[in-house]
Amino acid sequence: MTVLDLQQVSKRYGDGPGEVHALRDVSLSVDAGELVAVMGPSGSGKSTLLTIAGSLEEPTSGEVLVDGRLLSALSANDRARLRRRSVGFVFQDFNLLAGLTAEENVSLPLELDGRPLKSARQLARDVLEQLGLADQATRFPDELSGGERQRVAIARAVVGDRHLLLADEPSGALDSVNAEAVMRLVRAACHGGVAGVVVTHDAQLASWADRVVFLRDGRVVDQTAPPPPPESLLISDQAR
Amino acid sequence: MSVRHSLLALLSEGPKYGLQLRQEFEARTGEVWPLNVGQVYTTLQRLERDGLVASDGDGDDGPQRNFRITTDGEDELAAWLRTPPDLSSPPRDELVIKVLIAARLPGVDVREVVQVHRRHLVELMQQWTRIKDLAANDDVALALVVDAELFRLDGVIRWLDTADGRLKRAKADAGVSTAAPLPKMPKLPRRVGVRR
Ligand SMILES: Nc1ncnc2c1ncn2[C@@H]1O[C@H](COP(=O)(O)OP(=O)(O)OP(=O)(O)O)[C@@H](O)[C@H]1O
Ligand SMILES: [Mg+2]
Repeated sequence: MTVLDLQQVSKRYGDGPGEVHALRDVSLSVDAGELVAVMGPSGSGKSTLLTIAGSLEEPTSGEVLVDGRLLSALSANDRARLRRRSVGFVFQDFNLLAGLTAEENVSLPLELDGRPLKSARQLARDVLEQLGLADQATRFPDELSGGERQRVAIARAVVGDRHLLLADEPSGALDSVNAEAVMRLVRAACHGGVAGVVVTHDAQLASWADRVVFLRDGRVVDQTAPPPPPESLLISDQAR
Repeated sequence: MSVRHSLLALLSEGPKYGLQLRQEFEARTGEVWPLNVGQVYTTLQRLERDGLVASDGDGDDGPQRNFRITTDGEDELAAWLRTPPDLSSPPRDELVIKVLIAARLPGVDVREVVQVHRRHLVELMQQWTRIKDLAANDDVALALVVDAELFRLDGVIRWLDTADGRLKRAKADAGVSTAAPLPKMPKLPRRVGVRR
């Protein structure tokens, strides 16, 4: 089942000589359970793609469907509800609210969506526990390490019944062991049926994806082939 | 480094006399392609036999014979440029040479060649990561081996990314009217240790 479908999406910022063509005719669809990485150099349009996929911005032309619903046909209210309910974001700077504890940060989207406080908090605690953060649940963001903050951000992005996880350089400044832990969480969410898109210029992060799409100057220029079974690599390795 | 392909690369710039080929080969490849210049003529003969180059001369192998690349030769060169190098041993050298050659050749989009190799490397990394993902949590040894491989491949990709950025900038600096300044084969001191 296709969860995210970008159809010939273009995005221009500004006009006249200062016009920037951030995306050109980008088509991309991501199925439930699939993790797609978008790689490209700085300025290639990765973040733009993600904000448009998450309906934080509108494309200049082209269409975006989330869960089969055409975003351009939804009212602003419906779009906001879809974002809260179905889409989880992880930003590079984590975007946790400093005045809320880890648990409150995670439960906030559920509360905004009208879930009773008690059940929202319980769900948040459960997710944090799954991510090994039971002891940190009542701490504030500035009392957490970078890696812990990132895990809280992921907990917030997957809590509830999200179908689409969008992550922008989710390993931030983490060391590679913590970055790997973050990608394992994203993978686990996708195994649970979530469609995931991770944008990054880090090949090690991207290599966790089922499919890697290459962006250059706002265009999709290439993508990886479906992977062969893992055994083949070990066998060929022994053979040489 | 293959003499065959370096000769094809020289001929893809236009027809050349045997003597000229020998001189250019020597001048351009000296340090980067440390090869026996005596091989040039035998290689040309074989290239002609295989239909990858053609000459207007008769049977005479003299230095005055004029060689040109055939369509098959162009195809062969294009395919070779995009063939992934053997990454089981020191990884970069063959790739560096391919990118340097691709940057010189008229009609070749070097950034497309770079992307072909980038994609191939990312696919390899995906396979290694999958092995790590499926490995038992306590199999630290396997994870370490896979990490080593991943970091090595990642390093090669970063070099490709840097090359891509440099080539883009070089092209922009050259403006639209003139052709991009093509990187010359660098003369490296032996001590830098270009691997054979
Ligand atoms: N709000 C904006 N107004 C004008 N131009 C913008 C805006 N947002 C992005 N751009 C431009 O669009 C292009 C793509 O930007 P984008 O942020 O998507 O790149 P990116 O691939 O995420 O880069 P990075 O790896 O550096 O984060 C850039 O040229 C950028 O300057
Ligand atoms: Mg960005």
